[in-house]
Amino acid sequence: MEALEKFMQKIKPKADGKFPLAHAVWDGTYTFLFVPGHTNHNGTHIKDGIDLKRTMIMVVLALVPALLFGIYNVGHQHFLATGQVVLGDHVCNLFWAKFIFGAMKVLPLIIVSYAVGLGVEFVFAAINKHAIQEGFLVSGMLIPLIMPVDVPLWMVAVATIFAVVIGKEVFGGTGMNVLNVALVTRAFLFFAYPTKMSGDQVWVSLGDCKAVDGFSGATPLGNAVQGGVDAIPSLMDSIIGFIPGSIGETSVIAIGLGALLLVITGIGSLRIMLSMFAGGLLVGLAYNTFGSNPFHQVPAIHQLMLGGFAFGAVFMATDPVTASQTATGKIIYGLFIGIIAMLIRVSNPAYPEGVMLAILLGNVFAPLIDNIVVSSNIKKRLKRLKTA
Amino acid sequence: MSKEIKIRKGANIKLKGVAEKLYTNPANVSEIVLKPSDFPTLTPKLLVKVGDKVKAGTPLFFDKENDKILFTSPISGEVTEINRAEKRRIIDVKVKADGENTFEIFKQADPSTLSKEEVLDNLLKSGVWPLIRQRPFDVIANPNDKPKAIYVTALDTAPLAPDYGFIVHGKDEVFQLGLNALAKLTDGKVHLNVNGEDNPEDVFTNAKNVQINRVVGPHPAGNVGIQAHHIDPVNKGEVIWVLRALDVLTIGKLFKEGKYDASRTIAFVGSKVKSPKYVRTVLGANISDIINGNVEEGGRFISGNPLTGTQIAADGHLSYYDYQLTVIPEGGNNQFFGWIMPGLDKFSLSRTFCSWLTPNKVYDLNTNKNGEERAFVMTGEYEKVFPMDILPVYLVKAMITEDIDNMEKLGIYEVAPEDFALCEYGCTSKIETQKIVREALNLVKKECS
Repeated sequence: MEALEKFMQKIKPKADGKFPLAHAVWDGTYTFLFVPGHTNHNGTHIKDGIDLKRTMIMVVLALVPALLFGIYNVGHQHFLATGQVVLGDHVCNLFWAKFIFGAMKVLPLIIVSYAVGLGVEFVFAAINKHAIQEGFLVSGMLIPLIMPVDVPLWMVAVATIFAVVIGKEVFGGTGMNVLNVALVTRAFLFFAYPTKMSGDQVWVSLGDCKAVDGFSGATPLGNAVQGGVDAIPSLMDSIIGFIPGSIGETSVIAIGLGALLLVITGIGSLRIMLSMFAGGLLVGLAYNTFGSNPFHQVPAIHQLMLGGFAFGAVFMATDPVTASQTATGKIIYGLFIGIIAMLIRVSNPAYPEGVMLAILLGNVFAPLIDNIVVSSNIKKRLKRLKTA
Repeated sequence: MSKEIKIRKGANIKLKGVAEKLYTNPANVSEIVLKPSDFPTLTPKLLVKVGDKVKAGTPLFFDKENDKILFTSPISGEVTEINRAEKRRIIDVKVKADGENTFEIFKQADPSTLSKEEVLDNLLKSGVWPLIRQRPFDVIANPNDKPKAIYVTALDTAPLAPDYGFIVHGKDEVFQLGLNALAKLTDGKVHLNVNGEDNPEDVFTNAKNVQINRVVGPHPAGNVGIQAHHIDPVNKGEVIWVLRALDVLTIGKLFKEGKYDASRTIAFVGSKVKSPKYVRTVLGANISDIINGNVEEGGRFISGNPLTGTQIAADGHLSYYDYQLTVIPEGGNNQFFGWIMPGLDKFSLSRTFCSWLTPNKVYDLNTNKNGEERAFVMTGEYEKVFPMDILPVYLVKAMITEDIDNMEKLGIYEVAPEDFALCEYGCTSKIETQKIVREALNLVKKECS
């Protein structure tokens, strides 16, 4: 430990030297290895152990179950499509083969996402001469998890650059962005390269193999929109998650484990998660009651387990920077997203999945929602003055 | 009449080194120092020069904005040093004790029998006045104001804080005289806020001339501003005066004995103190007389509590308002992968450390920052420990942007830096909230007067 610290101190580049980028990289690495021993001199002499690094790492840890499941499911879907395993045989055959196939597909996405995103962050840290902020630790893991597995790596790179620069750095960096960075990446790809982000070609990686006859690689929601409501997997299957979809979004159980960690540590807002589910349920029930076509009649609970709803509610909508910040605002914000997500998904055939757009819309409305809450607090105070 | 206040938001930080309820031998007082920096926004004007002989109660300097507010010497002796910074700003005035204990003579009477003017005059002339502070702005009260109420807190919930009941015990007469004086100063009520959890001392429950309110809950329930918010909040244009039960003793002694007796009992606490106890000393005393070899190496000396106190040297001096001397371990060591360790020895308001599973554990925290300053990211953290109907983060953001209009709307008149101490403690982004609040209060005070 001490040797490492000495070595790091020895190679420390100057902050105002010729290579500001070198210093930014060094500083980022050093504070990653060691929480610096700065002490308090103004204000509180003692301080909580928590810092932004720890907070972000907790979220990354919460993503691990979804990631591991996603890797396995990529392999599972592959062998299912090629006919090497049969439907319903989730774990018996080819367990490690599935895992290795999935890892070969997913790890490059993660590496590209982190390398490109952190690269941009380091450059901006060097230009602005501030320490690197930890925001991208989470975004970098979220990006691969909301991608279809066969998305080309260069697209991920382009989209990540776009999201970090336009989505975050132009607003002032971590803590200042209006839209969730990972979702900007996905939205960018969705609108710029729609053929790689939707349809029935991208969700299951075939590699060089041929698919068996009758195979459809579309997601359940993609199928449903085209009238194939019968193809929606059972409620159990959509909760367990052995279905095609974005890498991390399919298993509600894996997401639930992550949600548990976020709620126990208090980092993810339970208010937002619950109110978003409540909003979705509300609209789902309304469709069940008044709906006319078979897709409207899919039970509301089942709807919530499909697509990116659970993943969005747990990991995306709860992003503290882009969500509403007041306690009351969080409830309104969650309800709003849940309602809009379900409306887009069920009523608009152009978008088989509405969660991404609903959350982005929610991000945009979050400051407005907060403003209403803040004004009501102000009014209460003014009223006190008048009655006094 | 009596109110029950339940505070739900907040947290008690349990630290090692709570004072045993015992007195050590009274500390020898060799010298005292008065620091104008203890009084935010004060511009002092000197009344003495080096070499002057002073008695206890002789004015050393006064407030430039209100020459009736005097700062008098707590002991008799000789002015030996007047230290100045750039622009001749006064840092401190030092008085060396002569051991004779001579006092200036002030009026000696039960305040109930005096007029409001006589009480005011006695408090101002003796130099006891600065103990009374006001909301808004958390500064010394302006004697020309008409406060709508006066609040006295009889409990301190800060980490390692002294037990006011223990110190006031047996001083019923002096305490009541002090309350009588306060009652003269306002047309409204004098509120005495006592600890509702334990059985409060008889001194408090038998107090007359006041409304007794019971306060229950974790820190910052003991902060007088928080209590006032729940009893009758301050609106724009209103003023309340606030002080602590221990300050009332000094006021009481003035009217009982007719002299400025600045002696006080402080809690000498912290994990670096060998035997933490209560010590009798004097306002502004040099702490080396108190320490007397009773501490271990490697400690930081804090006048006040670890959340709001001031760092001082091992031969530094107690601040004007502090009844606590805390010594905790100095930090400064890098922590290898500190952000991922389970952290059983770290107390966190979040539940990201395993230590939340052991709620009754007592901690030995050092002065490490445990991270670096960042932009605001997390939400709901401040709200969790800020028991007022105020949106703390929005208020702090208005303060950072010096948006006076919004600060007013969001409730700046009710807050003091100490109310934000827990927010600052638990802040993930390590933002110096108390400093921001103090500067904003100074700014608003300047703009509004």
